[in-house]
Amino acid sequence: MIATNATSATAIAGTVSAYDTVRDAPRTEPCSVRLQNVTKTFGVGDAKTVALRDVSLELPYGELVLLVGQSGCGKTTLISIVAGLLDPTAGEVEVLGQNLTKMGGSRKVRFRGQNIGFIFQQYNLIPSLNAVENACVPLLIAGWNRKKALEKAAHLLEKVGLGKRMKSYANELSGGQQQRVAIARALVHEPKLLVCDEPTAALDAASGRTVMGLIREVAVQADRAVIVVTHDSRVYDFGDRIVSMNDGGIEKIETDRARFQH
Amino acid sequence: MNWVALRMLTGDKAKYIGIIFGVSFAALLMAQQSAIFCGLMRNTTSQIQDLEGADIWVMDKSVQFVDDIKPVSENRLLRVRGVEGVAWAVKLYKSVGRAKLVDGTFQQVILLGLDYDNKDSQGRVVGQPRPERILAGNWDDLEQPDAVFLDEFGWRYLFGDTPYEPGRSLEINNKRANIVGMVKCKPTFQTFPILYTKYSQAIQYNPPEPKTLSFILVKAQDGVPHQEVCDNIVKQTGMKAQTNDQFFWTTIQYYMERTGIPINFGITVFLGFIVGCAIAGQTFYLFTLENLKQFGSLKAMGVSNIRIIGMVMLQALVVGLIGYGLGVGGAAGFGLFFETFVKSTPPAFYFGWQILVISAVAVAVIITLSAAMSLKKVLFLEAGVVFR
Repeated sequence: MIATNATSATAIAGTVSAYDTVRDAPRTEPCSVRLQNVTKTFGVGDAKTVALRDVSLELPYGELVLLVGQSGCGKTTLISIVAGLLDPTAGEVEVLGQNLTKMGGSRKVRFRGQNIGFIFQQYNLIPSLNAVENACVPLLIAGWNRKKALEKAAHLLEKVGLGKRMKSYANELSGGQQQRVAIARALVHEPKLLVCDEPTAALDAASGRTVMGLIREVAVQADRAVIVVTHDSRVYDFGDRIVSMNDGGIEKIETDRARFQH
Repeated sequence: MNWVALRMLTGDKAKYIGIIFGVSFAALLMAQQSAIFCGLMRNTTSQIQDLEGADIWVMDKSVQFVDDIKPVSENRLLRVRGVEGVAWAVKLYKSVGRAKLVDGTFQQVILLGLDYDNKDSQGRVVGQPRPERILAGNWDDLEQPDAVFLDEFGWRYLFGDTPYEPGRSLEINNKRANIVGMVKCKPTFQTFPILYTKYSQAIQYNPPEPKTLSFILVKAQDGVPHQEVCDNIVKQTGMKAQTNDQFFWTTIQYYMERTGIPINFGITVFLGFIVGCAIAGQTFYLFTLENLKQFGSLKAMGVSNIRIIGMVMLQALVVGLIGYGLGVGGAAGFGLFFETFVKSTPPAFYFGWQILVISAVAVAVIITLSAAMSLKKVLFLEAGVVFR
């Protein structure tokens, strides 16, 4: 559900896409992410910068939401707040039914570890670990036994097409392959929310589309939400919903996939 | 996550080796220099350690250390024997003489004259080396005229690499001294050869003096505390009386205060510490900086600050342990090599547990400082940095 000045709650229901079957699956909470009048400022006095202005937003489960906009419009701040990495200056943030604004620091860390998967622009793989070891890190954070964690990560790497490069280190993989490892790492602990920051920015067009296709294919599920921050208009067609931001606010929300593809 | 921390640490071999090198170098320098310092200081007390059998050293009240000889008259011996708590007391002559070698060169020697007139309760000469310290000759041969026992290092100083042979002689102040045996002694600070002989013989080697008694060696009666006997001697004779241990430390204290040795070695040890801090600290810090994004990602993915501290401390602990092991191992190896292969000079190397502990503490400080510098960066890192 999206509740902004520009968009009504009926927008989701009206969305037509090839992924409706996924979206229509039963879920316990009405939306994965709910922001209410969220404002975020940095600095004080003359140096004060408003990164987000009174943003209200609801994102449903089972969709791949693209967060787009110019550099400095507040996209990264928004996903940082959604992911619990930043606290808003004002407003309420509810993610997966949990109010993050009221959550203590250590609980928030645990919440992130259990429920949120991350894909970063620069992949942020640990160079001294090979692909499968990198992919199993979230499970190790969750306290899994290493052997079992490696088995599960290996299974996921097979799924993202890196079955033959499991023992390869980051410097032995192409950008696209590294991003696939990052996808496997983001999904290995089966998070309910996947946050991707410019996942195609460091890739060529073909690799970017492959990666986005993969995210669509393996990440979008009925009980999971995927938020992708991107500048890359070539991958807009992978989104179920495009949230355009400008100057710290939400400019518009588009849900017509047919339009994105043209 | 400990496994991840260790893989992160060992992943960059150059940095990993660099940090270990820094810690090892610091540990090596600190342990080795401390061991040499302690060895040198112990060497100043070699005669206190070598002259076994007595509990207490009695001397003129103005004596400051074992080589500070201020002879007293022999009748003081009787006064000491009369002190309550004294089981027996014997004379000891100690002086430095000038020995003339066959080739005409001169060498100063330490003369130790043991009291053959007054023996201990078991009939042994007080100060006589234990049988295992007698490397050649028969101790009873000291009863012969002009007979002396020479210490092992002294033999090398005087006769080079020539194997020991009985019957060699030298002149001390124009008086003949026949070497009848060789004894193992602790190395001396001045590296003078040590000659053991009878008290009556020793006093002949130096020009006649009105007072010849250098020290009185005292055994306390069974069950009487040594300190109590010392106090009694001081009170009743006006002389200075110290237990072996006290005299050991008095001598070391003298050298510590009167020579620049502690300061010079202290500076080297301090430099070792600083260099260790600088190399290990900087490399560890750079290592952490390079992994900052990874640490940020881990924080974003749900690793708590406490766990991050644990990871960094584990990394520091591993390099600290390995570096410490290599460093003190290297220092011990140095000492062993010196003792095994360098026969020409006595080793001034004491590698006691105290040195291990001090080096360990210094290494712990180095790695803690290094880790703290790095941790500051990681802990104050916003997890949101991963999105930048």
